Amino acid sequence: MHADFRTGARDVIPVLLGVAPFATVVGIAAIDAGLTPMQAIGMSLFVYAGSSQLAAIELLGETAPIVVVVFTAIIINLRMVMYSASIAPHLADYRRRTRAFLAYFLTDQAYALSLTAYENDAVDDERWYYLGVATPISIVWMVCTVIGVVLGAGIPESWGLSFAVPLVFLAILVPVMKDRPRTVAAAVSGVVAVALAGAPFNLGLPIGAVVGICAGLLTEVIRNR
Amino acid sequence: MTEHSPVAIWAAILLIGVATYLIRLSFIHLFGRIDDVPPALERALRFVPPAVLAGLVAPAVITVGPTLEATIVDERLLAAVLAGAVAWRTEDMFATIGAGMVAFWVLRFVVM
Repeated sequence: MHADFRTGARDVIPVLLGVAPFATVVGIAAIDAGLTPMQAIGMSLFVYAGSSQLAAIELLGETAPIVVVVFTAIIINLRMVMYSASIAPHLADYRRRTRAFLAYFLTDQAYALSLTAYENDAVDDERWYYLGVATPISIVWMVCTVIGVVLGAGIPESWGLSFAVPLVFLAILVPVMKDRPRTVAAAVSGVVAVALAGAPFNLGLPIGAVVGICAGLLTEVIRNR
Repeated sequence: MTEHSPVAIWAAILLIGVATYLIRLSFIHLFGRIDDVPPALERALRFVPPAVLAGLVAPAVITVGPTLEATIVDERLLAAVLAGAVAWRTEDMFATIGAGMVAFWVLRFVVM
């Protein structure tokens, strides 16, 4: 086993403690929303991006139009364009097929850990470190999705386990509200989404997100003047 | 519970999957031809996570009631406020979910 793979696999351990409950909640929520176990597990495999999966699951559970479900999930995952651009120079020397394979594993966590290590010059072989980080994440992701599917089928609905879904989002949201513009983006989006809670086609979320992004940009412009 | 057909659900899963993979691949594939994200796009993208996440959290924990009191005294909102404080202090997903769920159960089954 490559030394950089081992280093990555060691660095990722604390992160797995966050991945495990997230994936478990994804599995539970999917079953609660009426997806079959195969659909729940297939989604974790094919999409492999938790926030977008939870949003899609919620919208599917409300029988929102498929266009809205897909559109909302894509908006959520657009942030990964930034990760892709930022990690690309570090992977540029590898063959096209290798890069196509590595791209599947690009998650918030794999990106953050790998880029930190690359920038600290702590890695000889970028590819092996990245895989050392990404492989345990993907394994924990799939195993805990299955655990969630089993729990979701077994625990009665009155326990309100689906309340864990907004709690997961909250746990990710709070640390990303790093400055005034981002806090404004979050606040505006939240207010709009609540105000439009009864909107047709569940458009409250995508509209709120777009308005929130504009509000954040505007705040930044005003502050920089 | 969803009323979509299995075909519709699988279609959604596959469409999201393909789109997400292409997003991930975008610059990793194109590097050398397009060097960087255009700055205006990058600025906007930085606001995607807070805006989207808040848009998901807020309607899930806030239900506007007929009075201010009815809106605030809501087990979901109160539990979420506590969980938010824990997230702020610890930045730990496990602790946040744990505190929020316990508060939610205590409020739902014991207090209210």
